Amino acid sequence: MEWEAVIGLEIHAQLATKSKIFSGASTAFGAEPNTQACAVDLALPGTLPVFNEEALRMAVKFGLAVDAEIGKKSVFDRKNYFYPDLPKGYQTSQLFEPIVGIGHIDITLEDGTEKRIGVTRAHLEEDAGKSLHDEFPGMTGIDLNRAGTPLLEIVSEPDMRSAEEAVAYVRKIHSIVTSLGICDGNMAEGSFRCDCNVSVRPMGQEELGNRTETKNINSFRFIEKAIVGEIERQIDLIEDGGRVEQATRLYDADKNETRSMRSKEEANDYRYFPCPDLLPIVIDDEYIEAVRETLPELPDARKARFIEEYKLSDYDAMVLSADYNMAAYFETIAKASKDAKLSANWVMGELSKLLNQNDLDISSSPVNADQLGGLLSRIKDDTISGKIAKQVFEVMWIEGGTADEIIEAKGLKQVTDSGAIEKIVDEVITNNQPQVDQYVNAEPDKRGKMVGFFMGQVMKASQGKANPGQVQGMLKKKLDALTG
Amino acid sequence: MFDKTLAELASGLKSGEFSSVELTQAYLARIKAEDAKYNSFITVTEETALQQAREADKIIATGNAGAFTGLPIAHKDIFCTKGTRTSCASKMLDNFISPYNATVVDKFNQAGAISLGKTNMDEFAMGSSNESSFYGACRNPWDTDRVPGGSSGGSAAAVSAQLTPAATGTDTGGSIRQPAALCGITGLKPTYGRVSRFGMIAFASSLDQGGPMTKTAEDAAMMLNVMAGFDKNDSTSVERDVPDYTADLNKPLDGLRIGLPKEFIMDDMDSDIAAQTQAAIKEFEKLGATVKEVSLPNTALSIPAYYIIAPAEASSNLSRFDGVRYGHRCEEPVNLEDMYKRSRGEGFGPEVKRRIMVGTYALSEGFYDAYYNKAQQIRRLIRDDFTKALSEVDVIMGPTTPHPAFRIGEKSSDPVSMYMEDIFTISLNLAGLPGMSIPCGTVNGLPTGLQIIGDYFAEQKLLNVAHQFQMATDWHKQSPQGI
Repeated sequence: MEWEAVIGLEIHAQLATKSKIFSGASTAFGAEPNTQACAVDLALPGTLPVFNEEALRMAVKFGLAVDAEIGKKSVFDRKNYFYPDLPKGYQTSQLFEPIVGIGHIDITLEDGTEKRIGVTRAHLEEDAGKSLHDEFPGMTGIDLNRAGTPLLEIVSEPDMRSAEEAVAYVRKIHSIVTSLGICDGNMAEGSFRCDCNVSVRPMGQEELGNRTETKNINSFRFIEKAIVGEIERQIDLIEDGGRVEQATRLYDADKNETRSMRSKEEANDYRYFPCPDLLPIVIDDEYIEAVRETLPELPDARKARFIEEYKLSDYDAMVLSADYNMAAYFETIAKASKDAKLSANWVMGELSKLLNQNDLDISSSPVNADQLGGLLSRIKDDTISGKIAKQVFEVMWIEGGTADEIIEAKGLKQVTDSGAIEKIVDEVITNNQPQVDQYVNAEPDKRGKMVGFFMGQVMKASQGKANPGQVQGMLKKKLDALTG
Repeated sequence: MFDKTLAELASGLKSGEFSSVELTQAYLARIKAEDAKYNSFITVTEETALQQAREADKIIATGNAGAFTGLPIAHKDIFCTKGTRTSCASKMLDNFISPYNATVVDKFNQAGAISLGKTNMDEFAMGSSNESSFYGACRNPWDTDRVPGGSSGGSAAAVSAQLTPAATGTDTGGSIRQPAALCGITGLKPTYGRVSRFGMIAFASSLDQGGPMTKTAEDAAMMLNVMAGFDKNDSTSVERDVPDYTADLNKPLDGLRIGLPKEFIMDDMDSDIAAQTQAAIKEFEKLGATVKEVSLPNTALSIPAYYIIAPAEASSNLSRFDGVRYGHRCEEPVNLEDMYKRSRGEGFGPEVKRRIMVGTYALSEGFYDAYYNKAQQIRRLIRDDFTKALSEVDVIMGPTTPHPAFRIGEKSSDPVSMYMEDIFTISLNLAGLPGMSIPCGTVNGLPTGLQIIGDYFAEQKLLNVAHQFQMATDWHKQSPQGI
């Protein structure tokens, strides 16, 4: 039987506010446990929340960027459940009246097809703290630094039909929130994470199958793997005569499989009700228009500009414009080197290769855009060849430093002194008499290809530093002179 | 000296008749000697009180004393006080030393007030008798076999027994006004949002409001001058200027329009109380007021609506008491669920558990619309009733309670009959309106209260009306026998 997957996603984007959504404590990542949790975050008796309006502005920005209805009145609700890292015993969220209503985005798949994906809603809520299970044998530690960090939960329509579409959607949302500057997009630190709702049904069937929700996946790769795996698992289960249980599952990246966390029977009744400690948020058109004025360039507009301004191919422009940080990186080096094509090749080639190998995000690249821009400038002004540049780049990646420093220290400057080049060329011709004879005796139209051998020898002898253009010209001249 | 009002004590301090240290020492000694009879204090903060008094005397000596400098008060043990146990009269918080001050406490400290200690109350303010306190029942100074009312029973008893000249209280369904009535003192529940709730341990967030409990309306005005005002830490506090609440006290009541809701006369209420309410109204007529009947048709619905909304909010507000970060934690929990169940099972008393269960039920999936949403609709009806009535009159009056103080244990096994004692007070909390209770007589030697209800932010009017009554009558000057 042919099966169709139905996928809907919930993305939690941590908003890049300086302080928490309902308290004045800092939201910076990585501090000592419980040093960024104030009385409100600890839910001390008698404390009350005060809404951080910066979070509102960010949520409205997102709503405008996905062409959504903005809630003129939105209300915070309490989602009640007990967990040690949830200090109040409820999460303050928005169920009944969210700040962002129905919107949509367009995704582009690898084969170029476009698809519109609905955004059901996006609402503001507070993050929980963290339970630390490994550090204290027989006990659990609670770190409340993250408790109260503002989150925008972005809920999609179940419009996606494959893992590829799902990843394209997540990437697009990632691109939008980072472009808007409302989320740092750092998936490794949990600033941007995704819950995947997956179900399968026989192709052509209208009714949806039972779905599972896989929680808190924090990389694009894992999202793809988790969805592919979950679709397969569900199809196998049904084809073997079983049925999919509605359940919450966890993705185990080490084993590349999802496993059940809790079934629907154990599901909580969250007893949502409007939070009596917070007033409804009421905004008017004037507020919304003022926020619209501050919207920066969004990914689709940026892609169009890259094609126009940098003459990039459609594909290159799509890849480079998708991630806000990558786009900014690309533009910095393109401006420094004044060669957009070269810059695009380097970002999508060498840089991306090393980033992927090391599982790094471009925002945490060891080589920053200024460094790489400097390196490309040295290619452009013939200080080094493209090949040497790769060596310099590898040194830069590991040891740091500017291109000029590394070229200087390692003596990698390209040799353009024609006397020095001529000396090496002469040596190579002298030392390779059989090949010279072959060249001389060959048909003239075959000789062009044969120059390559001598080129290789000269470059090898110069340790790659000889200017290839000069070498080529000189070799041709000297060899052709020998043919009489 | 102990029968002096705040206003009188303030002039004594100013004139040098006594120092704040002397005053504070006298009250501390009296609490030590007398409070075993009433159990009105949970914690007496002798050391910090004397420290504050010494500071106050220094300020008085420089001539820079404010209206409240050096005056002793007590705080209901629901207000967080830095460095002092803040228990909410619960085993759950018996070990909780607050690391911060409630805004109300800060305001009194800044005004130079002396805090004698923390007063007894119903556990987490849930009750109308002060019997649910982990620290034992508080007793009514007028008859120690009887309850002082609740939940601010300790504050009312302490003022009535002259263990403190005044105290703070909180009122969620009558918790200032009902004990004030039952102990023969003056109590004011301000408009919701007038006094900051920050640091006031939440029972039902949309109903809770702090206010003064005093001997006189004048003292209540002095207290409210300190307590009222917008607080950036409480989003539900209202950004609105704070008038001088003592400014209008002496305005004559000529032409005051009093509304008497016909629903405030009930078949099963004490007939003497009904008669006293009538007598008090006559007194106001003598002062130039006119009286007309008004209607609050949804009064009877206020109790059921309240007992959905308040427990619903409480069930959520009290979730933070989980044994994880502070408060009671059971011994040797075997796992998380065991820790939750036993910590909460051991830490909360029966009335608190009852309300958590009722509230949890009311918010449950499938019941939410039938209970919580319906109760909110009733709440709007009740508010509309008041708005309509208050468009015809300046103030609404009636009895504060249907009966005088009942015996300790009398209603313990019948929670609903206890809930019914709040029938006249609860509707104001649902509407968010201000209300006062002032002494207006005695029944069999027990004091009774007259409730005065005003429009939103009409505290000045209420205080004016109450003060004029107290200028014309002596009910507020009566003390329990032997005090």
